[in-house]
Amino acid sequence: MRDEIREIVLDYVIREYMEDQDEEITYDTALISGGFIDSFSMVSLKVFLETKYGIKLPDEAATPEAFDNVESITDLVIEFLNKK
Amino acid sequence: MAYSEKVRSTYQEQLQGLQEAGIFKIERYIHSVQDAEIEVEFPPGAPLKKVINICANNYLGLSSHPDVVAAAHVGLDDRGYGMSSVRFICGTQDIHKQLESKLTEFLGTEDTILFPSCMDANAGVFEAILNEQDVMICDRLVHASLIDGIRLCKAAQDSFKHSDMAHLEEKLILHADKRNKLVITDGVYSMDGDTAKLDEMVALCEKYDAMLLVDDSHSSGFIGRTGRGTHEKCGVVGKIDIITTTFGKALGGASGGCVSGRRELVELCRQKARPYLFSNTIAPPVVAGVLRVLDILSKTTERRDKLEKNANWWRQSLTDAGFVLQPGDTPIVPVMLFNAKLSQDFARDLFAEGVYAIGFFHPVVPQGKARIRTQISAAHEMHHLEKALAAFIKVGKKYDILGKTKKEITAMYGA
Repeated sequence: MRDEIREIVLDYVIREYMEDQDEEITYDTALISGGFIDSFSMVSLKVFLETKYGIKLPDEAATPEAFDNVESITDLVIEFLNKK
Repeated sequence: MAYSEKVRSTYQEQLQGLQEAGIFKIERYIHSVQDAEIEVEFPPGAPLKKVINICANNYLGLSSHPDVVAAAHVGLDDRGYGMSSVRFICGTQDIHKQLESKLTEFLGTEDTILFPSCMDANAGVFEAILNEQDVMICDRLVHASLIDGIRLCKAAQDSFKHSDMAHLEEKLILHADKRNKLVITDGVYSMDGDTAKLDEMVALCEKYDAMLLVDDSHSSGFIGRTGRGTHEKCGVVGKIDIITTTFGKALGGASGGCVSGRRELVELCRQKARPYLFSNTIAPPVVAGVLRVLDILSKTTERRDKLEKNANWWRQSLTDAGFVLQPGDTPIVPVMLFNAKLSQDFARDLFAEGVYAIGFFHPVVPQGKARIRTQISAAHEMHHLEKALAAFIKVGKKYDILGKTKKEITAMYGA
């Protein structure tokens, strides 16, 4: 399940945020602190995860740190899926 | 003592951090008026150096134009230095209302309200006209002042990829349930020099019943056939719901800004926008100066025509020389260097050659997209541009980047 979520998150991040096709990102690329996504644009990702997985991510959990790479986003999704 | 050594050290550490990260900003002291050539003291204490300025927002060369300076003198003599009041107490003169009316006419809108700056206009407009039932959808590269204004507003926030109309449409569909939708864009993007697709954005906004806000700070006075702005260039005059713009760039370069647009929205700003309510407006001499600027621009397109010619020559010449440029057709011409350190070294060497330009890198521009942003002016004569070009070519050869692609430059210097 983890691998599947990770793929879905990576695919969304690439489609939603990458402007240049030649920019390569991986599961551990620093998305926010690395300057690929500004914290302001995180909203789309949060809405996507909530809709896709039927979870509610409270503001205190959906932090720039938690959203900083695909691995940590995946951890967050699994954590909230388990709470369902 | 409240400001103990412990407190002081926390701030010293922050400043040290900025220096270590190479993002500590240092001012260059200019001893002349703002113009195509300026006298600069840099580093502090160094003898004055005369350099060609290609980093000012002085697009029309009006910052020290004799007619504008003379008009400001008259404004100072007739209406005084300051108002010592906010607008709604006793800070509104006849000339403030005249300027609002002239701007409405110039921009082709319904009404206008002045702000102390465009930063203040952008900080105040969203909170004044939107609430929790609404949504703001902004282009991801909009100016920092719009981002700050958006953050101050309780409406929902979302963004779309830069100039990506399909992505904007997805977002308009996603937020269909909101009471009011406001799409937010710059007219001309200050770091890339490209123009928003306002005609397509207007069509999408009409289709999905959304309003459109354009910050035209890097356009007002020179973009479009008669310099009205990006909406004129895109053929959508009268269809932009809110235009915010500054008088601190092409329109005289001093200070001040405005919100211009639909009557009700402007009136709500007059009633509710906090930077308008709680800060003095523009000082009388500046108001008189901007009025004169609008007079000049309403009579002739000579200056914007010269600017266009200069900018086209500059863009073509840099391309011919083998630089990688950010595509566009405005007087903002970014020379791409990709690597942050290279952008700083390049700017330093240009200064040694008598050309004043600034290297920008992350976080001002996206990671791996460091650049020298050049800005052309109607104040530039051909001999200025030729000298600046020669300096760019000399420094470009030193770093061996002429004729090289992005991939080749990043392979040499890193991203």
